[in-house]
Amino acid sequence: MIGLSHYLIVSALIFSIGLMGVLRRRNLLMLFFATEVMLNAVNIAFAAISHYYNDLTGQMFAFFIIAIAASEVAVGLGILIVLYKKHGTLDLDDLASMKG
Amino acid sequence: MMENLVYIALFAPFASSLFAALFGMSPRQTFVGIIASLLLFTSFVASALLAYYVYTTGNSIHVTMMEWISAGDLTIPFGFLVDQVSVTMMTVVTLVSTVVHIYSIGYMDHDKSFNRFFSYLSAFVFSMMILVMSDNFAGLFIGWEGVGVCSWLLIGFWYHKADVTRDENPSISPSWAANEAFIVNRIADLGMLVGLFIIYWNVGSLQYDVVFSALPNLSGSVLNAAALALFIGAMGKSAQFPLHTWLTDAMEGPTPVSALIHAATMVTAGVFLVIRANPIFSMTPEVSFFIAALGTFVAFFAASMALVNRDLKRIIAFSTLSQLGYMFAAAGLGAYWIALFHLAAHAFFKALLFLGAGNVMHAMHDELDIFKMGGLKKAMNWTYAYMGVASLALAGIPVFAGFFSKDAIIETAFNEGTYVLWAILVLTAGMTAFYSFRQVFLTFHGKARYDESTLHPHEMYKFVLIAMSPLALLAVIAGFFMGGFQTFVTKLLPDYVMSEHTHHLIWVLTAVVLVFAVGGIWLAYKKYANGLKRDEELENSFIYKLLANQYYIPQFYEEFITKPYAMLSEKMWTSVDMKIVDATVDGIAKLIYKSGDGSRKMQTGNLSNYLNWMAVGAVLLLVVAAISAMLG
Repeated sequence: MIGLSHYLIVSALIFSIGLMGVLRRRNLLMLFFATEVMLNAVNIAFAAISHYYNDLTGQMFAFFIIAIAASEVAVGLGILIVLYKKHGTLDLDDLASMKG
Repeated sequence: MMENLVYIALFAPFASSLFAALFGMSPRQTFVGIIASLLLFTSFVASALLAYYVYTTGNSIHVTMMEWISAGDLTIPFGFLVDQVSVTMMTVVTLVSTVVHIYSIGYMDHDKSFNRFFSYLSAFVFSMMILVMSDNFAGLFIGWEGVGVCSWLLIGFWYHKADVTRDENPSISPSWAANEAFIVNRIADLGMLVGLFIIYWNVGSLQYDVVFSALPNLSGSVLNAAALALFIGAMGKSAQFPLHTWLTDAMEGPTPVSALIHAATMVTAGVFLVIRANPIFSMTPEVSFFIAALGTFVAFFAASMALVNRDLKRIIAFSTLSQLGYMFAAAGLGAYWIALFHLAAHAFFKALLFLGAGNVMHAMHDELDIFKMGGLKKAMNWTYAYMGVASLALAGIPVFAGFFSKDAIIETAFNEGTYVLWAILVLTAGMTAFYSFRQVFLTFHGKARYDESTLHPHEMYKFVLIAMSPLALLAVIAGFFMGGFQTFVTKLLPDYVMSEHTHHLIWVLTAVVLVFAVGGIWLAYKKYANGLKRDEELENSFIYKLLANQYYIPQFYEEFITKPYAMLSEKMWTSVDMKIVDATVDGIAKLIYKSGDGSRKMQTGNLSNYLNWMAVGAVLLLVVAAISAMLG
């Protein structure tokens, strides 16, 4: 029988994969993918816990996150295209213009 | 009406000071001196009218200008009290100040800081007026500190002069002397403050009337402590032993300053304090006797140093010290009104003497050594007459002011049965006569001992000589007002009359004092009237050297107080201040700087690195949250 803890473990694993992506990737586009992965990991956890407690609030929250993530991606991708046009690359190591 | 006069008397010098200050940085303007003198004269007229009012009606005027300090139970108003004692002081102070202001127009003629000088001088008079007019101890203390600051400013008026080496002082300059005066007074002021604290702690007020009416409820030890502490303050301002060295060094200042501040007014503030607080001192016979004994000692001690000194101004400074000793002797013996009378008479003739000395300095191009003068009588008739009159008054020759006031003090010492004090005071009277006339004869008689081909002494300006005449007149006639003065001030001060026994002997006592005074003058005449004959043997004797070096007290202070203190300060600076205090402060700054410099490396500009740091932060927070959750 698959229970709450299984869902949470899957969620944690996916979150970790996303986090690793954020930390290790150098390409901005890949960073975006990684953040999406983290967001969806959280969505899984929300949905699972919502079901466990028979409370719809969590699932509602997941919907909100999906909506916000979609708009964020729309804005983010727009920025990425501009960046790419300007610098010809999306590699973070080449974009470090604000070194202290 | 009377209230307005009080404010005019008080604030005219203040207005004068502010007015002169407007021109403080600009070149010499004669009208600044004239307006300052006029304002001072206004103040004098107001004081004289107040004196007349108080004299005729016997009332005192008490005004409260405003609330000054009001905190919890402590209320101190800016209140002014014009009664018999303060009105006497006001009249004396404003009269002498007016004369000195006019005198300064002539004396400071060639000084480029002419305007600044008047600003300081008037500020001093304002402070002095606050000191004498205040109706509470706190106001008196403000005036007390105010005159101290002005004294500092004026002694150091020629602050640009470099240190020079003199016989008595290894190194002296106006700024050095100013600092010495200020620091010595600071030491004494601590005593004064302690006295005020004791009074406030035990009475709960600093108003004179409240304090004096509460005195019977206080214990003897409290009274003794308060009286002693107040007297320590008086000792500093009035330069009593062992805090006397600053007064002679203060002669580095311009001569009008010496006349006004260091002879006639400020130095008598200590005597004024004892007279003002006479209810306290009357209840503490031990402290009062100590004051009388110390005063007598200082009278003799200072006179002895004046015997051999060669510096014109320092001789007069020593005589000021000596006369202050007389005043304290009288006040300590309970004859407060006699002390006040001597204070007033002394202010007139001593200011005159100093101003005369200023004329001599002016004529001799700042030469002060009386061994290098002589024969000035021809060129300086007026000054000779003035200084002669002032010296006769100082020596206590009949009809002159000093005779009445000083004789009364000496009689008081006899009347109280303190025969030792009496004998010392009589002997001192003889010494006073000797050194005053030694100076007069050496300066004005005999042959010129300066280079007559290069130096042509000339008399001071006419208007200056005329301005000095009121002082000369008072030095002659002030004594005749003694009886009237007694009835006037004893309405407030306890009366003091000689006993039957003393009254019988009064002719004998007067004759003894006169023999000493005339004897002193005669001795000075024999020795010095026909020129100076140096006596090598005498000048090399131990006593002469001891006196000429002021009992080696300045050297003693230098070696055993100033130098060890400087060494201690140096040690504290290098070991405590630098190694502990500074090191701590610098350490904190360095730590922050280093940590900032170190963490600056985080700022790579690379988003990836920032994200890594963010993750580290998040993990840290998680750890903290987890630990705190586990701990409960």
